[in-house]
Amino acid sequence: MNNLQHARNSPSSSPGPVEISIREKVIMLTALLQPASITITNDSWQHRHHSAMRDQENNGETHFSVQVVSDAFEKKTTMQRHRIVYSALSDEFARGLHALSLKTKTVAEVAASGDGRS
Amino acid sequence: MFRPSLRSSLRSLHRTAPSTLLASRLVAYRCISDDVRAKLQSAVKASPVVLFMKGTPAEPQCGFSRAVVQILDLHGVPAEKMQTYNVLADQELRSSIKEFSEWPTVPQVYVNGEFIGGCDILIGMHQSGELETLLENNGVIPKIEDSASSEAEAPASEKATS
Repeated sequence: MNNLQHARNSPSSSPGPVEISIREKVIMLTALLQPASITITNDSWQHRHHSAMRDQENNGETHFSVQVVSDAFEKKTTMQRHRIVYSALSDEFARGLHALSLKTKTVAEVAASGDGRS
Repeated sequence: MFRPSLRSSLRSLHRTAPSTLLASRLVAYRCISDDVRAKLQSAVKASPVVLFMKGTPAEPQCGFSRAVVQILDLHGVPAEKMQTYNVLADQELRSSIKEFSEWPTVPQVYVNGEFIGGCDILIGMHQSGELETLLENNGVIPKIEDSASSEAEAPASEKATS
């Protein structure tokens, strides 16, 4: 059963084009990874002062955190897991997505860490 | 603790961040030339630990780069075994390193020429203990033995490559 969570911590009320696009890609990822849970958080507001961000036109959508729990990550290194998510989001990087903080775990790893949030 | 020596060993690379983000985006997905690839290939092997970051260890310009510097510092990576490159001071480096590593974000860490990962991976490896093992096995930091020698061995001659 897929339990998709879309958390938004940004002060802005509605998702911008980059976030919408990440959501769409997450649906692709859903087919690919069959994730138990996905959480997307827009952290861009924390980086508004960031020197490289000042003249970005899409200032509100540059930094995101994505947490994916999927058994498709089984027997893959962290780097391989991150590459899977990064490759799904290459268009977003080309369009100004700047930083993506990833947490990629399997269901068993989440259970073992006691950090269960699904 | 290593911070002062770290700072002194670095060339004063930090300049104001170039504001040509658009330009960097336009070139971000072209193919890097063989020449650039060869340069990066030797750059990642210039030192046992090579860090591509925003800013300098003394003045990181990004929280993720700062976190990586702090983790390497925490493990006692000696300055003479680490080379850092400030991608904000070099637009070509900034775009080409992403393609070279096939990794879309900076910071990026290499150990003995091998790509290890970015901030999230370093934090994860630090927490699991893998990073310490990796640095020990690559001769970057001394293995901790019972009759512990507390500091790194005699520093090798310093080299500054750019």
